[in-house]
Amino acid sequence: MNTTKQKRSASAASLSQPSKIHRYTAAFLPPLILGAGVIGLWYYISFGLLEEKRRFLLRPIHSVIDVGFLDGDNRSESLKALWSSTEVALIGLSIAIGLGFVLAILMSQAKFLERAIFPYMVTLQAIPILAIVPLISFWFGTGQRSRVVVCVIIALFPIIVNTLFGLQSAERGMHDLFTLHHANRFTRLRKLMFPAALPAVFAGLRISAGLSVIGAIVGDFFFGKGEAGIGQMLKKHANRLNGEELLACVILSSALGVLVFWIFGVIQNKAVGRWHESNSATS
Amino acid sequence: MNKDLNTSASLSFDDIGMIFPDGTEALQNITFDLSRGEFVTIVGPSGCGKSTLLKIASGLLEPTNGSVEVDRERLGYVFQDATLLPWRTVSKNVELLAELHGTDAQERKRLVQESIELVGLEGFENHYPKSLSGGMKMRCSLARSLTLKPPVFLFDEPFGAVDEITREHLNEETQQLFKQEGFAGLFITHSISEAVFMSTKVLVMSARPGRIVAEFEIPFEYPRKPDLRFDADFAEMCGKVSVELRGSHS
Repeated sequence: MNTTKQKRSASAASLSQPSKIHRYTAAFLPPLILGAGVIGLWYYISFGLLEEKRRFLLRPIHSVIDVGFLDGDNRSESLKALWSSTEVALIGLSIAIGLGFVLAILMSQAKFLERAIFPYMVTLQAIPILAIVPLISFWFGTGQRSRVVVCVIIALFPIIVNTLFGLQSAERGMHDLFTLHHANRFTRLRKLMFPAALPAVFAGLRISAGLSVIGAIVGDFFFGKGEAGIGQMLKKHANRLNGEELLACVILSSALGVLVFWIFGVIQNKAVGRWHESNSATS
Repeated sequence: MNKDLNTSASLSFDDIGMIFPDGTEALQNITFDLSRGEFVTIVGPSGCGKSTLLKIASGLLEPTNGSVEVDRERLGYVFQDATLLPWRTVSKNVELLAELHGTDAQERKRLVQESIELVGLEGFENHYPKSLSGGMKMRCSLARSLTLKPPVFLFDEPFGAVDEITREHLNEETQQLFKQEGFAGLFITHSISEAVFMSTKVLVMSARPGRIVAEFEIPFEYPRKPDLRFDADFAEMCGKVSVELRGSHS
């Protein structure tokens, strides 16, 4: 009797829980199919639409892999540039996180500070980087420091907006509870506002992580002194019409963006996945 | 209503009046006392100022007239929503108020265990609020306040959002807690049967501005059994309160 019950519950569990294979298939098959479609289209454009003399516009994928990734010299040059850009992105992102948190916390503590600071943050975010390139080079030179500054300017805004939104997201009743029990400002921040802010904070971090990679590459385009980043490589290969190397650098840049986005997704799942209602953090 | 001078009162309202900055007069001449071992429920039409009175009692709002006497150091307050912190497990939520009051870790652990047992949430200590039913969330909220051993417990229509059967169970458990812990309870509700089932006294409030227009002593012995709800005397008492409540709307 007992065994029958156990069997029944086991089969019920297996019915209600999709198998691992089924889950992996559901997760990976759609992007794989789309990826295969894109590769097919890529080949069609390279060989079907472009004549040989114009094929440098879109080299076929096997040629990109061959020249861009399997050629030792090209590979080590690209990876070195990628590492340089990664460093810039990480330093820029760290500064943006620190600065963004401090400003958002300050704004969450006093309405007049929010009114004072927020318009300038919106303005900073709205300034086209191209317009302030000369100023940045006057103040910070034309090397890595300026690339980091560009990175910070691009990555800062989503962190501030999301952190502030998160800090203000705790419900009125929860604040009343803390008021009733005489919680001071610091306790309220630590035990209520900051944990409540975490889902929004991570949403901001994921956006800013991607933007920091873009910032590092954009910064590279304008401030090329010192060790070359991936942006410099893109510029160089574009000027020389090196289609394969150019596409290899684009793929590496995208991979870096996806990697940082994914890392923050994993951290988000670890930090809030267990309790957050939506449980929608994907890694 | 004349104030019945009671020197042992745990909670005392003296001529409370409340006018909001927009000019809305919410409360007028509210005067009554509440002592340990008393469970008073206020019923009244929506928007008559019942919740405002509770907020004044707790210190969340300052009255524009009159005064309140109550020890706010260990005040139990159950909100309309359970107000559980979603990132804390049941036991961590129950521990919160003791934490805010600076109770040491060992004593906190004991209080949490005791309170969880009192509300029947054993086995759910490590669950997060998102996996609890509405009734369990309210039990958790009750347990959180119980860790303070509050001499006065304020309930702001806490069971309004749960289904009828769960609400009846929670009513029975709350009146058992009241008898066991002996606190002074002030309860707000729209449900007349809930008010009569749990209380030693029911106060009827008028439409805005809220005033106390009637008072009923509820004579039934504690502990009150679920069957009491089918008793003729219970129905008669509910009828009396209902008639006054209908009158207070006009």
